[in-house]
Amino acid sequence: MEAMLFYLVALVSVISAFFVTKCRNPINSALCLVTTFLCLAVFYVMLQAPFMAAIQIMVYAGAIMVLIIFVIMLLNIGSVGKSRYTHGVAGAIVLSFLSFIVAAKFIAGGTVSKAVGDISAEVVQSYGHTELIGKAMFTEFLLPFEIASILLLVAIVGAVILSKRKV
Amino acid sequence: MLENYLPVLVLIGIAVAFAVGSVVMSGLIGMKKPSAVKLAPYECGMPLVGSARERFSVKFYIIAMLFILFDIEAVFLYPWAVMFKRLGMFGFVEMGVFIAILLVGFIYVWKKGALEWE
Amino acid sequence: MIDGLIMIVLILIKLGVIFAVIMTMAAYLVLAERKILARMQLRHGPNRVGPFGMMQPLADVIKLLTKEDFLPDRADKWLFLLAPGMAAVTAILTFAVVPFGPPLQVFGHELPLVVIDLNVGVLYFLGLSSLAVYGVALGGWASNSKYSLLGGIRGLAQLISYELSMGLALVPVVMLARSFSLTDIVLAQQAAPFILVNPLAFLIFLVSVVAESKRTPFDMPEAENELVGGFHTEYSGMRFGLFFVGEYINLVILSSMVTVFFLGGWLGPLLPGVIWFGVKVLALCFFFIWVRGSLPRLRYDQLMHFGWKILLPLALLNVLLTGAVLLWSRT
Repeated sequence: MEAMLFYLVALVSVISAFFVTKCRNPINSALCLVTTFLCLAVFYVMLQAPFMAAIQIMVYAGAIMVLIIFVIMLLNIGSVGKSRYTHGVAGAIVLSFLSFIVAAKFIAGGTVSKAVGDISAEVVQSYGHTELIGKAMFTEFLLPFEIASILLLVAIVGAVILSKRKV
Repeated sequence: MLENYLPVLVLIGIAVAFAVGSVVMSGLIGMKKPSAVKLAPYECGMPLVGSARERFSVKFYIIAMLFILFDIEAVFLYPWAVMFKRLGMFGFVEMGVFIAILLVGFIYVWKKGALEWE
Repeated sequence: MIDGLIMIVLILIKLGVIFAVIMTMAAYLVLAERKILARMQLRHGPNRVGPFGMMQPLADVIKLLTKEDFLPDRADKWLFLLAPGMAAVTAILTFAVVPFGPPLQVFGHELPLVVIDLNVGVLYFLGLSSLAVYGVALGGWASNSKYSLLGGIRGLAQLISYELSMGLALVPVVMLARSFSLTDIVLAQQAAPFILVNPLAFLIFLVSVVAESKRTPFDMPEAENELVGGFHTEYSGMRFGLFFVGEYINLVILSSMVTVFFLGGWLGPLLPGVIWFGVKVLALCFFFIWVRGSLPRLRYDQLMHFGWKILLPLALLNVLLTGAVLLWSRT
């Protein structure tokens, strides 16, 4: 049952990811990307990480894609013509095939498949996923968290400078 | 564990069936008499002027960018809020610093006039 | 096996009842709005179809179904089809996490009166409301009409702006309840509803909710006397109906959210929980109609000014203030 759902959602996510590159109308591409993000959110739910699923939807599907759709509308990008074969396409195919082999090797070798630390599925169930993230982020990973605020500050300044020429 | 989410799947099914069903019903029952004038975009009955695919103000773009940034900030606030009682004073000071840094950014945005709609 | 079957049947019955109730509420809310607005403007409102116009929603549905449902020739066909569906589906789905009563005992089974008690319920609500912007944006863009485009863009910017303050107003609620689950949030209000504990968060949330529902005084996306109908100008028949139904379902859902987060949900003396919940939701719906009957529309710059320069900093400061008070009250 769970495996079936996984393969179904995986199929949808791969197909929609394919159409992100294949659609000629940029808005359709953007919507395919939203579908892929929603599929990823389902994966997070299946991995018992509901907080990540919610963030995936709120930040990626709900905020970043909204910006992208805004940009598409703003720049008034129409449909592009039929994409032609270039050497870049061949290079991309070779590169993605190589990275697939590397990823498969890591997963099969067990390098990334085992969970590290004392956090098991049972702990997540009993303690709560969000609570665990909160606990880790605000005690152990305090510095990265504060650095994130500086990163956001830089991004805010950048956004204003980019879009307001005469400051 | 996935069984818990079953009702949501069923609800998605109901909602989609409702949306598709009502549009299909309307397509079957409703009359069909399209004409060139009827299918043209509505512009108060006047002949069409230009195209609707126009560029629009960059201000909307700034709003969307600032929205992402403050949305991410809010995302950091949620795990903190749920752990607030257990983190105590320490957590409060941490989040105080975080919010203070972002308020600096907010004041910058304000002073630069990115929030003005002149 | 039998137990499981009973459980599945109960869930299906529950979903069916919930769906029927939401739909009926949305339909009669339209009538109630027309009636109440009419009374506020010294008119009678719809009173021809059935006694006191009670059959008006049915007549409206029949009218919408038999209207021509045409596709403007310049529209982007698939997006034009998708947009109203998005609006209605996201609205219906949000109700999944709303607890509308204490658990019931049926045939020895405990039946919780909520579709699913997610432990990230608050985030589920915020996530779906951030997806709801696509209905407006795509509807406006796909129509390929100037009014629709303006309405869609305005709507998109307005919805994302007020989503921020809506999300931030919920942070104090989560701090007080120490949980994202809506059931836990209701149960945490047994001593006092959060409207009394944190009135500022309530006000911020209430204003943001009115803006999120795109209703007067925040109805710029569909301002009928400048944009004709805004993002749904080009829609007709049942596709317009879906936008319309979605909007009223949304109103019911947002009222339920205010009830759950700030008014103590189903909690109340004497009467059963479901009735308390219904009374609170209906009172809020009446409040929203009242606001529409009383306030003029804002200008767009006023709207953005209010959202970004007043509500957002206020919501952020309220988070810190709540934290400080909580710490101070504990020591």
